[in-house]
Amino acid sequence: MSGARDNVFPTRMNLTVTKTRLKGAQTGHSLLKRKSEALTTRFRVIVRKIEDAKLKMGKVMQNASFSLAEVAYITGDISYQVRESAKSATFKVGAKQENVSGVMLPAFESQVQASGGQFELTGLGRGGQQIQKTRAVYIKAVEMLVELASLQTAFVILDEVIKLTNRRVNAIEYVIIPRIENTISYINSELDELDREEFYRLKKIQGKKKERAANAQRELERKATEKLAVADDSNDDGGNDNHGAAGSSGTRNILSEQNDSDIIF
Amino acid sequence: MSQVTHKSRTLIAAIGDEDTITGLLLAGIGDVDAHQRANFLVVDAKTTQEQIEEAFTSFSRRKDIAIILINQHIAEDIRGVLDEYKAAFPTVLEIPSKDHPYDPLKDSVLKRVQLLFGE
Repeated sequence: MSGARDNVFPTRMNLTVTKTRLKGAQTGHSLLKRKSEALTTRFRVIVRKIEDAKLKMGKVMQNASFSLAEVAYITGDISYQVRESAKSATFKVGAKQENVSGVMLPAFESQVQASGGQFELTGLGRGGQQIQKTRAVYIKAVEMLVELASLQTAFVILDEVIKLTNRRVNAIEYVIIPRIENTISYINSELDELDREEFYRLKKIQGKKKERAANAQRELERKATEKLAVADDSNDDGGNDNHGAAGSSGTRNILSEQNDSDIIF
Repeated sequence: MSQVTHKSRTLIAAIGDEDTITGLLLAGIGDVDAHQRANFLVVDAKTTQEQIEEAFTSFSRRKDIAIILINQHIAEDIRGVLDEYKAAFPTVLEIPSKDHPYDPLKDSVLKRVQLLFGE
């Protein structure tokens, strides 16, 4: 028997158990295959969305930089001031889980809090309005970036899950199912062998019984013929004695004669 | 797959040139925490590759950062580290800068996509 198989006792119960296992493995295999296909379709949709979104993002960021350049033109360089006044983030992201065909994917959502007094002093001299406009443009841009990031995380996680599922499908198809099939054929062959041995034993015993019966019969017949032969002998010799000495048939066994004739003087 | 909700990841980190960082800070993503760690790094002509790599690695290890934004031309400098990066959190997003428009051929994430589909 080629290939690996499980080490089980070749009994009929184990055969049923193993057959059930085979059924289970086949169902599992087809289910996993379907899951993998569904995930791959979803995956392609996300990839397409990501490609589009990235191109759009390029344009949006370009707009935002123009806006910033305008500010620099009007107000002068505000970068140092902005960097120094950045203390606590007002633009944060919240995470929530989405269920996509059985996989929990995280999604980010932008949470913009009121800026408080963060940039109050920036642009106090001039161009304050332009700075506010630029802020709005950049907030919009970052919101778009957050959406893109969500798509990207979904992409990475789906990628992992699809690889995992495909690995499982292959494992079942090429390792588990052949093993179980080998076990089943092993059990079947062992059971057949046991049956054959049983059959052979039965036939042998039958043969021996017949022989014994035939022998016994022969013994009986032989004994019967012997007894008959002896009885015939003794009857014949008794008849010859009564008719005198004349006509002796064969030799006389004096010792076996029962009736001696009287001696008359 | 872990079912841990990433409620603690709220910040957006950024590694970029001066203009990009200024714009992003204006939007309000800037944060300096109690240990004086900022979640942004301004890269100029004097910044070395090690510094950029170190900043990226430290951002990716922090538990409170959800997204890392990085200019594409800076991403080129640390392309090796980025290609190795396979974690789902924090997400790494490559953005264009004023002088370098977005080039989809260089994006690490899209490269992995192409690996999968051979498109």
